[in-house]
Amino acid sequence: MDVLDVAWRLLAVLLAFLVLPLLVGQTEHKVMAHMQGRVGPMYAGGFHGWAQLVADGVKFAQKEDIVPADADRRIFQLAPVVALLPYLLVLVAIPVGPDGMVGQAVDAGIFFVLAVMGVGVLGSLMGGWASANKFSLLGALRTAAQLLAYELPLLLAAASVAMAAGTVSLTGILEAFEWWWVPWQIVGAFVFFTAGLAELQRPPFDAPVADSEIIFGAYTEYTGLRFAFFLLAEYAGIVVLSALTAVLFLGGWHGPFADDLGWLWTLLKTAVLAFVVIWLRVSYPRLRADQIQRFAWTVLVPLALLQIALTGVVKVVIQ
Amino acid sequence: MSTAAAARLAADTPGFLSPTGVEVLFLLVGVVTLGAAIVSVTSRRLVHAALWLVVALGGIAVEYLLLSAEFIAWVQVLIYVGSVVVLLLFGLMLTKAPMGRSPDADSGNRPVALAVAVTAAVTLVTVVVDAFHSTWIDLDDGGPQGTTRVTGEILFRHWVLPFEALSLLLLAALVGAIVLSRRKDGRTGGENGGER
Repeated sequence: MDVLDVAWRLLAVLLAFLVLPLLVGQTEHKVMAHMQGRVGPMYAGGFHGWAQLVADGVKFAQKEDIVPADADRRIFQLAPVVALLPYLLVLVAIPVGPDGMVGQAVDAGIFFVLAVMGVGVLGSLMGGWASANKFSLLGALRTAAQLLAYELPLLLAAASVAMAAGTVSLTGILEAFEWWWVPWQIVGAFVFFTAGLAELQRPPFDAPVADSEIIFGAYTEYTGLRFAFFLLAEYAGIVVLSALTAVLFLGGWHGPFADDLGWLWTLLKTAVLAFVVIWLRVSYPRLRADQIQRFAWTVLVPLALLQIALTGVVKVVIQ
Repeated sequence: MSTAAAARLAADTPGFLSPTGVEVLFLLVGVVTLGAAIVSVTSRRLVHAALWLVVALGGIAVEYLLLSAEFIAWVQVLIYVGSVVVLLLFGLMLTKAPMGRSPDADSGNRPVALAVAVTAAVTLVTVVVDAFHSTWIDLDDGGPQGTTRVTGEILFRHWVLPFEALSLLLLAALVGAIVLSRRKDGRTGGENGGER
């Protein structure tokens, strides 16, 4: 692998990182609007408001960058970067197509991806604490509690796939994939996707940013580009979670004509899952903080353990 | 090992005077890690101390990576940076989350802590230096690789009994923690409530 090759791969990953979250954001505008009987943005860019998020970006960049007087300046300013960067790193390791179509194949792929995703939450915690605002602090507290509860089912569900494939490398898992893994691992898929939603604080798990209770949680004091970074981190998170679920549980690039169109299958499955994420936002009420905790410990963790037991039994039987 | 043999060995292996890029990086990351650790225990601002701990733990993960122990490195990030520090910050925020300096953050045990830390460091450094001397381990080919496969095979073939014993110990600690945290509940429930 020469330098040029590496540079191309990193450039492609960076491009995906800059474009895909905006695509998801624009889709969210339009899908939410149509589900609610509106038309959504129609003016920016001309055709059905396709450039709405570009316009939003320009607006964010023009805003004054305000740091509250009592805030811990340096940590307050560092937090958005800590929240955003991990998702860029994770995208590097997600395989898109067969034959090495991946930014950088990581040997312990699952561990890398989950470990780095967990770091992103530190950004919300730092921002919430450094704002010196009680709503921000409450939001950060809820974020931390949520992360601690949902990290375990997320890991257990991923471990089940790793057991099935006999490897923790994401490309290795896809190479070992068979179609009947989908029904076999369907419970794990549900647990993984749900726990991932909770980690991203997407509805119905958005108690940490509940606007009717605590304004906007950890991000209350942010404006301008730093606020945009937090929003971008959320949408990059949707892309990463959908892509990971597609790769781990839905077979990633596998499908008809996988040799030529494998990357298209990955993108398609990711897009469908991202649509589900948006759909859930429109259709589900917000869970309370205690309901969120109970759901994690009494539903998701037992389900994930059940899936691991099932995976183990089937694995032993078929060998 | 006699001095002559040591000298011969030293001549055969790469020396310390012409370090490669990875070795320089290793040392630099080590210095950063040490610095972050020292700031972490001396800082008067509690949340800053926790965040410096993130830097120190992350630095150790990078060191593992440079030593080609990839699996251990990601587990280090997952457990320590992703969970332990989040738990720490959660505890801080739940209690006080002081913005400024905490004058009471200083402990009277400081000299004792320093003595313990120095003793531990000296012991570890002595043991490691005594065990390896100038042994050169080539990580690129044939050396002990830290990939997931190698780690897993060694753990579950050669060390499976200690591994299981450890997991039992952790399970006992977990059950103990739950029992301790439910104590008030159990007292009102009485002896017959122990079945739950």
